Amino acid sequence: MNRSSRFIMRCMMAAALSGGLWATAASGAEKGKTPQAPAPYFSLPTTESASPRTDGFIGRWLMLEPIEKPNRSNTVFTDSYLREAFYNEYFPGQLTAWPKAGETVKVDGKKLKWHSLDSNLFNVKLFRFATGLEKPYYGVLFWVVTAIDCEEDIPDVRMSVGSNSASMWWVDGEEAVILSGDRRMVADDCLSRRLTLKKGRNIIRGAIINGPGMSDFCLRFLHEDGTPVTNFTISNL
Amino acid sequence: MNKILHCAAALALAAPGIATAQVGEPYIHDPSTIMKCDGKYYTFGTGGGGLISEDGYHWHGGGVRPGRGAAPDVVKIGDRYLVAYSATGGGLGGSHSGKVLTMWNKTLDPNSPDFEYTEPIEVAHSEDNEDCDAIDPGLLLDPTDGRLWLCYGTYFGFIRLIELDPATGARKEGNEPIDIAIDCEATDLIYRDGWYYLLGTHGTCCDGPNSTYNIVVGRSRNVTGPYEDNMGRDMLEGGGKMVAAAGHRRTGAGHFGRYIEDEGVEKMSCHFESDFDMGGRSVLAVLPLLWKNDWPVAGEPFVEDTYEIESERRGYALELAVDFVRMEMERHPFWIPVTEPLEPLADQTLDDVKGTWPEGNIDVRIGDYMFRPHQKWTITAVPDAGGYLGSPYYKITIEGTERALAATADKELTTVEHYSGADEQLWRIEQLTDGTYRIMPKTIPGCDEELVLVSVGDSTPSLGKFDMNSDNSKWNFRKR
Repeated sequence: MNRSSRFIMRCMMAAALSGGLWATAASGAEKGKTPQAPAPYFSLPTTESASPRTDGFIGRWLMLEPIEKPNRSNTVFTDSYLREAFYNEYFPGQLTAWPKAGETVKVDGKKLKWHSLDSNLFNVKLFRFATGLEKPYYGVLFWVVTAIDCEEDIPDVRMSVGSNSASMWWVDGEEAVILSGDRRMVADDCLSRRLTLKKGRNIIRGAIINGPGMSDFCLRFLHEDGTPVTNFTISNL
Repeated sequence: MNKILHCAAALALAAPGIATAQVGEPYIHDPSTIMKCDGKYYTFGTGGGGLISEDGYHWHGGGVRPGRGAAPDVVKIGDRYLVAYSATGGGLGGSHSGKVLTMWNKTLDPNSPDFEYTEPIEVAHSEDNEDCDAIDPGLLLDPTDGRLWLCYGTYFGFIRLIELDPATGARKEGNEPIDIAIDCEATDLIYRDGWYYLLGTHGTCCDGPNSTYNIVVGRSRNVTGPYEDNMGRDMLEGGGKMVAAAGHRRTGAGHFGRYIEDEGVEKMSCHFESDFDMGGRSVLAVLPLLWKNDWPVAGEPFVEDTYEIESERRGYALELAVDFVRMEMERHPFWIPVTEPLEPLADQTLDDVKGTWPEGNIDVRIGDYMFRPHQKWTITAVPDAGGYLGSPYYKITIEGTERALAATADKELTTVEHYSGADEQLWRIEQLTDGTYRIMPKTIPGCDEELVLVSVGDSTPSLGKFDMNSDNSKWNFRKR
């Protein structure tokens, strides 16, 4: 069996296991169904701002419907590939804009909507976000954004990320962490260099790319001693 | 330094696979427990005098201990140093009339205006017809209650224990010696986690390359014994579990001393009767002191070579943050029978990948070990760059290149394309008491803190405070 046939076989098996969502994803997108919070993984935000979990993980995110970026394998995600993939402009302001829930962007002629969701878990199940919306979920690129508000500068913290598969993360437009390779999501896998969460608003932005398989991420900030940073709020943009 | 020895030491250090030893003039017999005084290291030996080191690695003569005699030991009590030594009657086939004496000094630096020994006082003695030879004292200031103990003796009969007054260094009024071991010498007492340990030397002394001297240990819940080995055999019956023996072209390990550098960072001093790479002379040795199941054992001297540097946190390997270069091969389904001879796959080589690496500095990360060129680190001693207790600094470079691991001013890590010898490119490598290692830059630009290589995440290395209780601070050097 060559690599192509093995990939096709795995996709078929995955589609069968997930109730045939792969087959219905495209049609669901075409129907333009009203987005719902995919239970039990997500809830729709009911408050203006949220707190991080006690373990520091950030659950509230604006998430863009997945951009199709076909890859038959996750092993291609080298640092060079990721920089090229993530710094390619898919929509205007992808690294600078502050999107609002419900706004749409156009990528390759397709309208993709931003959704504001609260994860019910410590991690954010991108795969379930995509399947819940009946969107493509393999060979995709996710953009996520959140804003955290600090009452004072919080110096010498590190952004701590785990993602499946590769991803890149920015704080106020500055590249903070890259997770390359065929990755599984592991809490506290890759950390940024020391940085300061400034008083006021800090925009956290991430791009996660995935070929076949599960896709999710978890993100928190850690102090120098490894304890989680929790003294901030998370706002809807 | 003697030019020939200098060259020999240099050759030994330059050759891959050769363990580094103390350098300079580390010639001594029966070294006392190493003491640090005003930034310098001191040890005293049989026959008077002693060794001094500015950095703990390069040693030279110049230590001053009057009284000559044999096998001294030193303990710091308050702001003074108590030195114990013995006046021997000859030992072995000679007289066994010995004396143990103690004296104080405010400093061990002979150039200090405060350097002045008090008059020695006798604390123990033996007569010719006794089953004891009162030499080779070892001192223990009990950290649990502040009481001061002294053990002494040789192969000629018993090792004995007496109590001293920590204020005066004199024998406690009315104290009677207790027999705690037999048929060993050069004993020392240490305490750790509820156990008292009696270390003694067995084997043949003073026979150069043929000396079978070796250091053994027994332990007890009470300072007065009984001291038993790992088989429950009393040291009064000759028991003892091996701590240090011959190896690495050195024979005759003897006269144990413990030095606690930091929590989890311990070292032991001893002499080797004969260092084959130093003309067969008797030399000072400083080795990592490991603890396994609450038993002390000497660690191995670090051997220069090429290694995987494995994080104890996750088991991933320190690597350059470069693109992973896949190895392509024709795939053979496992269910198809093998009909042709199998050819081994060649390793990926530096030439296969170095063209994909950027110029200039490259960051480091931690990743799955795949025995690839960007994960193979060559550790090379830099003996001219100073040292620390027991070892030289090392450079850590990617095998086959001059790309060197370096500390940065923001307390992070990078690799520089060309090793320059700058202090931030030099690394202190110390084996910890659990057998793992800590790795510490000699300096961090613009930073006075002592920080070590840490895993802040499974895949992210950085510099941080050493914490023996965290696997983030620990690394392994593996060959696989």
